[in-house]
Amino acid sequence: MAKPYDLRHYPGFLGVTLLCLLILYAPLGVVAVYSFNGSQSITIWEGFSLRWYVDVFTGPESAKFKQAAWNSFIIAIAAATIATSIATLAATAVLRAGKFRMRTLSIGLISLPLMVPEIVTAVATLIFFNAIAFERGLMTILLAHIAFCIPFAYMPISARMQGIEASYEQAAMDLYATRRQAFTRILLPLMMPGIVSGFILAFIISLDDFIITNFVKGAGVETLPTAIFGAVKQGIKPNIMAISTMLLAVSIVMVTLSWLIGRKDQKNLIQQRKKK
Amino acid sequence: MPQNTEIAIDVRDAVKRYGPFTALKKISLSIHDNEFFTLLGPSGCGKTTLLRMIAGFEDVTEGAIFLYGEGIDALPPHKRPINTVFQNYALFPHMSVLENVGFGLEMLGKSKAEARARAGEALEMVQLSQFATRMPSQLSGGQQQRVALARALAPRPKVLLLDEPLSALDLKLRKAMQVELKHLQRETGITFIFVTHDQEEALTMSDRIAVMSAGELQQLGEARDIYERPRNVFVADFIGETNLMEVTVDAINGGRAQCHLGGGHKLTCDAVEGITPGAKVHMSLRPERLFLSVEPVENESLTGRVREMIYIGTDTATIVDLDGGPQFTVRSSNSSRGNARTFEPGTEVAVNMEHGAGRLLVD
Repeated sequence: MAKPYDLRHYPGFLGVTLLCLLILYAPLGVVAVYSFNGSQSITIWEGFSLRWYVDVFTGPESAKFKQAAWNSFIIAIAAATIATSIATLAATAVLRAGKFRMRTLSIGLISLPLMVPEIVTAVATLIFFNAIAFERGLMTILLAHIAFCIPFAYMPISARMQGIEASYEQAAMDLYATRRQAFTRILLPLMMPGIVSGFILAFIISLDDFIITNFVKGAGVETLPTAIFGAVKQGIKPNIMAISTMLLAVSIVMVTLSWLIGRKDQKNLIQQRKKK
Repeated sequence: MPQNTEIAIDVRDAVKRYGPFTALKKISLSIHDNEFFTLLGPSGCGKTTLLRMIAGFEDVTEGAIFLYGEGIDALPPHKRPINTVFQNYALFPHMSVLENVGFGLEMLGKSKAEARARAGEALEMVQLSQFATRMPSQLSGGQQQRVALARALAPRPKVLLLDEPLSALDLKLRKAMQVELKHLQRETGITFIFVTHDQEEALTMSDRIAVMSAGELQQLGEARDIYERPRNVFVADFIGETNLMEVTVDAINGGRAQCHLGGGHKLTCDAVEGITPGAKVHMSLRPERLFLSVEPVENESLTGRVREMIYIGTDTATIVDLDGGPQFTVRSSNSSRGNARTFEPGTEVAVNMEHGAGRLLVD
């Protein structure tokens, strides 16, 4: 007998689900599949081939893409690292320093950039760099990325920290640990899954950013997204699909990694709580 | 307690305020060296606040706390030779049992080898040696509790604070841990300060008990003092089961107060300070110090009708409606030597008081 509240028996459930999945994933699927196409065409399938992947690494545009990919990864790693450190300190201050003046304001200021339209941030950042006569190049991209990555890194870190009872650090201090030792020996290891998630999220956001990067980058400096955009303007070729598919793969790997770490850790915590 | 006993913790006129709210109102108490001391009271009475002030997690708004004669108010928690067993244990989830227990010693700067050895000894003390390499999440609640205890005892603190550590355990385990805690206290000679809201637990384990309510110390004394000679209505009502009666004092003769309660029933008990003839006060009568009989055994017995008899294993509780007066509960033991007998509801009976059963309470 069917359960009365079984999701599958909601009227229209199957149709709506399929429609959503189609809209969300069909374009990605098309790109991924056609990146393995044997021909120049981006619409007609002519058999499986890795030629476009080979083309990305050895073809006429390979030098440009390699440089762009290098820039992207360097910026993503540096921006994610710095943003994660700042977010960790911010979360510690907001969640562990008790009540201080402007605490609520601080939380708002940290998360506000998530709500600001990206184009506004891009224009504002560009005007800012111009105003202080900061020469545009890799450095301006990095600084901009650090700034907009902080709220993304902050979210999983603060969520994680909220789940850590203050009694752990109190127990450490009760057992002769200084404040600093309680932070490095207890709080930091317990926060690590949140920090890793924050880092991965910031990394992907930075790797993927186009609008802000396009505004603040200097002439001749490209990241993967701006390089892809530049190439697409001259017509979509299957090698763009191959690059996109590789970027997608990197994202999927990172997100899976983050999820696995979170799940393993969650299991441990739940197990311990259940027994109490 | 002998007069020359050394004082481990001396709380002098300690006040704790959170903004406009006063959590502790001028508490003074001395906890002796090598004592099992209990802070007892309902939730929100300030007992945990006082414990956290001794540990160093809350500062003292007014007054001072001394540890073996030295003021500790300026010391942060990690500089106080005092350890705590937390209510939720707070075992570090990313460290093994042995690492947890050795943490305090390591922070004190002991070598890894010494920290391990002494952590091992502490684990042995709580019979958990075979679990040294486990993670806390792999232990049962009772085992986690013991690890928390071993962790707090391993650095050999001068005072051990226990914040309702048994409240999460089931009844059987709790009873076993009560005995074990008492035993550990004797064995280590460390002063224990135990916080609980469970009066039975407090009576079972403590050398002395401080009963607290609404941020104030209500009474301090040994278990027997507090149970048999409660100072006020709160203590009489909170500790154990009692019949609280409003009585009017008629006369005081030779240290005895003659009183009467609603319905004209007369009662006599020891007079206490601060009571004058004509005063309306409360009297506490412990149910187990009362007994029933068919005929009054003395001319002062109270008469009434049995309403209900409730069998509770070791005892039987009989509820009696006094003629024209309040309701009484009388407890009698079910042992073969006991005095339990069965009365049908509605039976006329006399309620008799053992000598010293009644206790007058000021306020």
